[in-house]
Amino acid sequence: MGFISQVINGLGLGSIYALVALGYSMVYGIVQLINFAHGDIIMVGAYAMFLLLTVAGAPLWAAVLGSILFCVVAGVFIERVAYRRLINMKAPRISLLITAIGVSIFLQNLSQLLFTSSGKTIPSMFDLGTLEAGSLQVPSGSIINILTSVAMMVGLSFLVNKTKIGKAMRATSEDAAAARLMGINTNHSIAFTFGLGSGLAAVGAVLYCNTYPMITPYMGGLLGLKAFVAAVLGGIGSIPGAMLGGYVLGVAESLTKGYISSSFTDAVVFGILILVLLIRPAGLLGRNVSEKV
Amino acid sequence: MNRKKVAVYGVILALIVAIYALVTGLSNAGVLNSYYSGILIMVCINIILATSLNLSTGFLGQLILGHAGFMSVGAYAAALFTLRAGLPDSIDFPIALLVGGLTAALFGLLIGIPALRLKGDYLAIITLGFGEIIRVIIINLDFTGGARGLRGIPRETNFSWVYLLAVLTVAIIFAFIHTRHGRAVISIREDEIAAEASGVNTTYYKLLAFIMSAFFAGIAGGLYAHHIGILNPSKFDFNYSVEILVMVVLGGMGSITGSVIAATVLTILPEALRDFSSYRMLAYSVVLICVMLFRPSGLLGQYEFSLTRLFGKLSGSKGNKTTKNPASGGEKGA
Repeated sequence: MGFISQVINGLGLGSIYALVALGYSMVYGIVQLINFAHGDIIMVGAYAMFLLLTVAGAPLWAAVLGSILFCVVAGVFIERVAYRRLINMKAPRISLLITAIGVSIFLQNLSQLLFTSSGKTIPSMFDLGTLEAGSLQVPSGSIINILTSVAMMVGLSFLVNKTKIGKAMRATSEDAAAARLMGINTNHSIAFTFGLGSGLAAVGAVLYCNTYPMITPYMGGLLGLKAFVAAVLGGIGSIPGAMLGGYVLGVAESLTKGYISSSFTDAVVFGILILVLLIRPAGLLGRNVSEKV
Repeated sequence: MNRKKVAVYGVILALIVAIYALVTGLSNAGVLNSYYSGILIMVCINIILATSLNLSTGFLGQLILGHAGFMSVGAYAAALFTLRAGLPDSIDFPIALLVGGLTAALFGLLIGIPALRLKGDYLAIITLGFGEIIRVIIINLDFTGGARGLRGIPRETNFSWVYLLAVLTVAIIFAFIHTRHGRAVISIREDEIAAEASGVNTTYYKLLAFIMSAFFAGIAGGLYAHHIGILNPSKFDFNYSVEILVMVVLGGMGSITGSVIAATVLTILPEALRDFSSYRMLAYSVVLICVMLFRPSGLLGQYEFSLTRLFGKLSGSKGNKTTKNPASGGEKGA
């Protein structure tokens, strides 16, 4: 039954990718920016958890809520300080991208200065041991990850499709100028998207800390990059696509680890990205949008 | 006009030779010790890297986040060539540099084909991924020396070589930008749809500029390998790619003069400010964000230093007709 437990572990890992990919996908959908700093929000969330749990000695629920809240504030703050001016003056995309990279390097180096580059260990969080069903053994962390990510996606779909602010977000991503004419404050809906994405990344950070209790200032880089690959794989701009991409990527990575070699996982991930771009650039669930001239 | 052009080129050549003579004279006289000449060599290597990245990022308008990856490919290819080929010393170094450049260009081709067919920012992601993967691969392979690094590379890089190649790189890229092909590349930056509608084969020109970029990065890598003598895969990480990008962005995206100046300043400055080295990347990130927010085209924008214009101003004649993009302008090396 090694195969099935590998798949379940992969889905557990993929849940983290999926939660982070949602943030990439939403932000890209609304301002066409690959938010490089999004991966580092995971790191911010993880360090917030670490500080709350060890230094402040907060209870687990408060630490989780606190780190999510902190990330939401950080996400909105970053959007306000670094991106809004460029978004509103319709700067070329490359300027926005470079700014996002600047923010990413800033966050990484700031946390390296504050917490040194050596890793920190997070105390164990939701440890329910290993679940057994017949001959099948699964770590409880994977199950928690999967359930949380599904719950988050259901909540997010409700928020985006059924609420007023969700409607404003969709309108802004469809056509920002027209949305503004209809009385939507696009600045607010963009800021809300950044906050929401960062909050989801913080949930991803909590799950990450629960699964891999070692955090470093640079943990967000590769994790964020893989989550972006997941978003592209699923079809960037699509919420179910980001989830699907995350799961597929997690399973692919877990199977590579299990059956080929753990040193090739990153190569497999980027191999998938290149294949997707070659065969179906819009992603698994994305729509092909023709460019307006 | 033609005689004037010849005169301008003559002055540029004289300036280039004069700078070279000055530096070699100073180091022969013992004023420049090996520490300083080492810095000068790194200045030239970074000039090659920055101007070549500027071709893709500044002129073509595609963000590349794995320039250090191409540099590492070139460095390893060149180093392995000199170590294994067993050619006589006098000829193996230039061939090794060429091998390094061509290998990097080949990788550029392989990565560029899937990424450049698409519009959007996929090239940034793919090159970033490439830069990370190539490092992992180099660490895991045997013949590259793995994580311990590749040792015993003959240290054949000297100031004459790097200076010559830096001047050549700047000259070639400057000349390329002012040909029909260069204008096609710039037109893609300005408006890809309009360029395509005007009959520019956008994929071809994107690939061309990208491969040229990779080629020169490979040459710089080869020079670096034979300058340091030891290759360590961790040197060519994302931070190094970002450092090169900062040079391009700060100097001005689309200004070769800017790249040359920024590469020079940003190579010398960290040496002068060694005590603050832990704040360097932090400062770089703040500089990146602020430059983008307040002067998105970089400090020099698309300004190029032009001798023709300078002469025109000095003599007060009407010769300064060349305005923004000096087609007959000159480029000062180093």
